[in-house]
Amino acid sequence: MIAIIDYDTGNLCSVINALHRLGADYTVTDDASVIRSAERVLLPGVGAADKAMDNLRSRGLDVVIPQLAVPVLGICVGMQVMCRRSSEGDTACLGIFDADVSRFPEEGLKVPHVGWNTIAGLSSPLFAGLPEESFVYYVHSYRAGLCDDTVAETVYGVRFSAALGRGNFYGTQFHPEKSGGVGETILRNFLTL
Amino acid sequence: MLAKRIIPCLDIKDGKTVKGINFLSLKEVGDPVELGRMYADQGADELVYLDISATYEGRNTFVDLVRDIAANINIPFTVGGGISSVEDAGRLLLAGADKITVNSAAVRNPQLIRDIADKYGNQFVVVAIDAKRVDGVWRVTTHGGRRLTDRELFSWAEEACRLGAGEILFTSMDHDGTRNGYPCDTFRELSHRLTIPVIASGGAGSADDIADVLDEGQADAALAASIFHYGEYTVDGLKKELKKRNIIVRL
Repeated sequence: MIAIIDYDTGNLCSVINALHRLGADYTVTDDASVIRSAERVLLPGVGAADKAMDNLRSRGLDVVIPQLAVPVLGICVGMQVMCRRSSEGDTACLGIFDADVSRFPEEGLKVPHVGWNTIAGLSSPLFAGLPEESFVYYVHSYRAGLCDDTVAETVYGVRFSAALGRGNFYGTQFHPEKSGGVGETILRNFLTL
Repeated sequence: MLAKRIIPCLDIKDGKTVKGINFLSLKEVGDPVELGRMYADQGADELVYLDISATYEGRNTFVDLVRDIAANINIPFTVGGGISSVEDAGRLLLAGADKITVNSAAVRNPQLIRDIADKYGNQFVVVAIDAKRVDGVWRVTTHGGRRLTDRELFSWAEEACRLGAGEILFTSMDHDGTRNGYPCDTFRELSHRLTIPVIASGGAGSADDIADVLDEGQADAALAASIFHYGEYTVDGLKKELKKRNIIVRL
């Protein structure tokens, strides 16, 4: 069973629909005991990182998530809250990944970064079967810099972490659930880690 | 590299796909989910579904359709048509839409842009602007181009951006459905003035037209309907043509 964490940061239906299309067995929950007993955990998220952290803390999940031993995948803001800090609302995050999150520099860049961009330096089982320079779908204004946990990078004005990985923890800044066939491969890889 | 996006647009009336020429004469062109999936398989970067139903029943049918699209399609999609409140937008979000467009209602009540953006995020709000040139000035129209307003295109687009729009979708009513190309100078000026992406709509007749608006016009994306619905170009066929013209596309 995959636990999709519902911590009130907006809409989960695209992640749910994507897992449904892959025939995965999932439950949507914010219950710590359900999350602790899941085989895999998905942490989606849209909206602001500070609000997302507040919602995790109020449910005690800021303690539960870093202790999980099963594969955990954070998507978009879900990935950002797994980093050390975010400058969005200047909030401390879960500290799983060795990266800080900050806003894209405004000069000459349209923000949010919206659309399909390429990923390179692919070095995680998440990307098994995918070529370098595969296109994935992004919608975001904040990004994690490059660090030792970077397992894929993208260039938009600056180089940033397209995906992070450390032990059983994974995160993608892009939306695999909206990234067509490439995204489906990534999600399928996560389901078989 | 960030790719320029190609976005097929499907007009929906009472749950079916139609395409208007100059917003008139409707002709059925296919099942919305099937058509959307076909375009997604061909490499469409996003889809836009516009509800042009006039009745309450038609609008409810549309919400059901949005649910169906979200369940079946693995790329982002935007929905619009008749959205006039935060509640309308919320209903479509819950049904699975990635973004919504607001048009006439935002002209009437610009605060609507801020209210939706505050609640669901800037990325969720696409402000659609229909304008036509009157005495050398781009005047904003509403109600599918039928009503001329006092607003001017560039200042309205800038205001929408300040209020929290995530993207601007601009349609020239002088070019829509004519298949004679886009007003590239206007797009370039819009793109320079705004700090958010600009989607070009209305007027594509060929790959050259689309290449022009993405290159010269500096638009971030191009939306088109007829050239796809009538099978003149497949999405991947069009993208290959664009790549030959040195436009960065996802193939």
